[in-house]
Amino acid sequence: MNFWNEHFECMPREELAALQSERLQKLVERVYNNVPHYRAKMEAMGILPSDIKSIDDLRKLPFTVKQDLRDTYPFGMFAVPISDINRIHASSGTTGKQTVVGYTSNDLDMWAECMARSLVGAGASKESIVHIAYGYGLFTGGLGVHYGAEKVGCAVIPVSSGNTARQITILKDFGPDILCCTPSYALYLAEELYASGGTKDDIKLKAGIFGAEPWSEEMRHDIEEKLGIKAIDIYGLSEIMGPSVSCECLERAGMHIQEDNFIIEIIDPITGEPLPAGEKGEVVFTTLTKEGFPLIRYRTRDISRINIEPCKCGRTTARMEKLSGRTDDMLIIRGVNVFPSQIESVLLEIGETAPHYMIYVDRVDNLDIMEVQVEMTPTMFSDAVKNIEELEKKIKARINNVLGLSAKVRLVEPKTIARSEGKAKRVVDNRKI
Amino acid sequence: MVVKQISVFLENKSGRLAEVTRILGEKNIDISALSIADTTNFGILRLIVNKPEEAEIALKENGFTVTGTSVLAIAIDDTPGSLAKALDAITLKGISIDYMYAFIGKTQAKALVILKVDDIQNAIASLNSNDIRVLKADEVYSL
Repeated sequence: MNFWNEHFECMPREELAALQSERLQKLVERVYNNVPHYRAKMEAMGILPSDIKSIDDLRKLPFTVKQDLRDTYPFGMFAVPISDINRIHASSGTTGKQTVVGYTSNDLDMWAECMARSLVGAGASKESIVHIAYGYGLFTGGLGVHYGAEKVGCAVIPVSSGNTARQITILKDFGPDILCCTPSYALYLAEELYASGGTKDDIKLKAGIFGAEPWSEEMRHDIEEKLGIKAIDIYGLSEIMGPSVSCECLERAGMHIQEDNFIIEIIDPITGEPLPAGEKGEVVFTTLTKEGFPLIRYRTRDISRINIEPCKCGRTTARMEKLSGRTDDMLIIRGVNVFPSQIESVLLEIGETAPHYMIYVDRVDNLDIMEVQVEMTPTMFSDAVKNIEELEKKIKARINNVLGLSAKVRLVEPKTIARSEGKAKRVVDNRKI
Repeated sequence: MVVKQISVFLENKSGRLAEVTRILGEKNIDISALSIADTTNFGILRLIVNKPEEAEIALKENGFTVTGTSVLAIAIDDTPGSLAKALDAITLKGISIDYMYAFIGKTQAKALVILKVDDIQNAIASLNSNDIRVLKADEVYSL
């Protein structure tokens, strides 16, 4: 089986453009009628749904940014009543407010469909055993991959994240052929496998679908060597859907975008002008078929470029290159989105004034670690060791609470963190990725 | 009776203690006693100096985080059992000792002890009634 859905995955591009145009018109009508936020935006720009006749008119439409989602928290951007919502996911936001997304039953089917295409593109079939070590829960990783794998008819192992020793046992004893997790966790699993006396000959993996954090070609090579697999890159974000907005095929030459469901644009992040295929810029998505939480021209802040040449695999869908950065200061640490402003708000809450701080990120034994260094201020200082240790613990606990991620906290002497003129530098990322 | 001690936040890295003592030396400030409470990541340097206000200003100007703390200084005989007797005078009154450090005076056969307690006035009263000598601030600064 080469394709899960040959009709859509290998559609001639002209036919695809016609389909996108038709779906775009319906989408614009839907959001205009059902999402007050979009109606207000369009009215302010003097646009009516009837002005949008094809995908060439896309640029007339307003962008959607993270702030819009914050302003309408939690359900303000939903285009259907809550009675039609079947599932809710959420991800951390920049100021502690989460981004909440809702899916109708059709949305969940569409998501499973996209995921099924991605899995089959990575070589999965009905005979496959799929080991899912993405976290299950509000994070879209676990459940997103899960329902796609079930749709394909795979035997799914919903092991979720954590408990590495047990994951190794499952890899050895159950013999899954497809592994889904973050790339750093895949490397960690490989090292634990070897540390426990095993080798790649003790497992039956053929391919791995890895995403939710940035990784390099070197890391891909490393994972492929150690686990004896093909390592596939997958992309997604909860705002748009979750994993499988785009995913590589076994050619590993760019992530195929599910263009019957999503329009991708690459724009100049400063001017907002669309850029031609091949040029690097900010990735913008429009969801064509989503009912619960449709978005128009959502600015992802991810930087990439697209290739619209047909792939050797036979698919005609445009391919996204591996992400090459962000237009904002977001960090992805162990799959969790982290904004320096979140750390800052924790420190503000605890001290009376905003202290100087620096976030150090590193990768040790293939796991991301974060250390937050905070300069001691007179209001935080105490003559008692116990009080200072309690302060460190308190900051650590609040960060854990806000980010769902543990960080080392270290209080340092004043003036030891470098000052910069203009925009303060808050992050030192020492990860080699 | 109450002595002002200076506490300085130090990171656990080389040269920090030397830096503090250099600054004080340049200001001609004399250190009569010091102690360090250290943890894995940081330390608190506690100092008794002859000019606590000046020392605090000088250290702050050089970017250190400094705080002043009220402590007691007592003089006890440098003989076995003397310290126990002095501590009993405090703890039997239900006063907690947060920390203490001892040093030997230059003159007399007395041992000097700096004490940080949670109830300084009651501690002084109890020490006085047990005939344990509590030093005046000026006496301590000029040691």
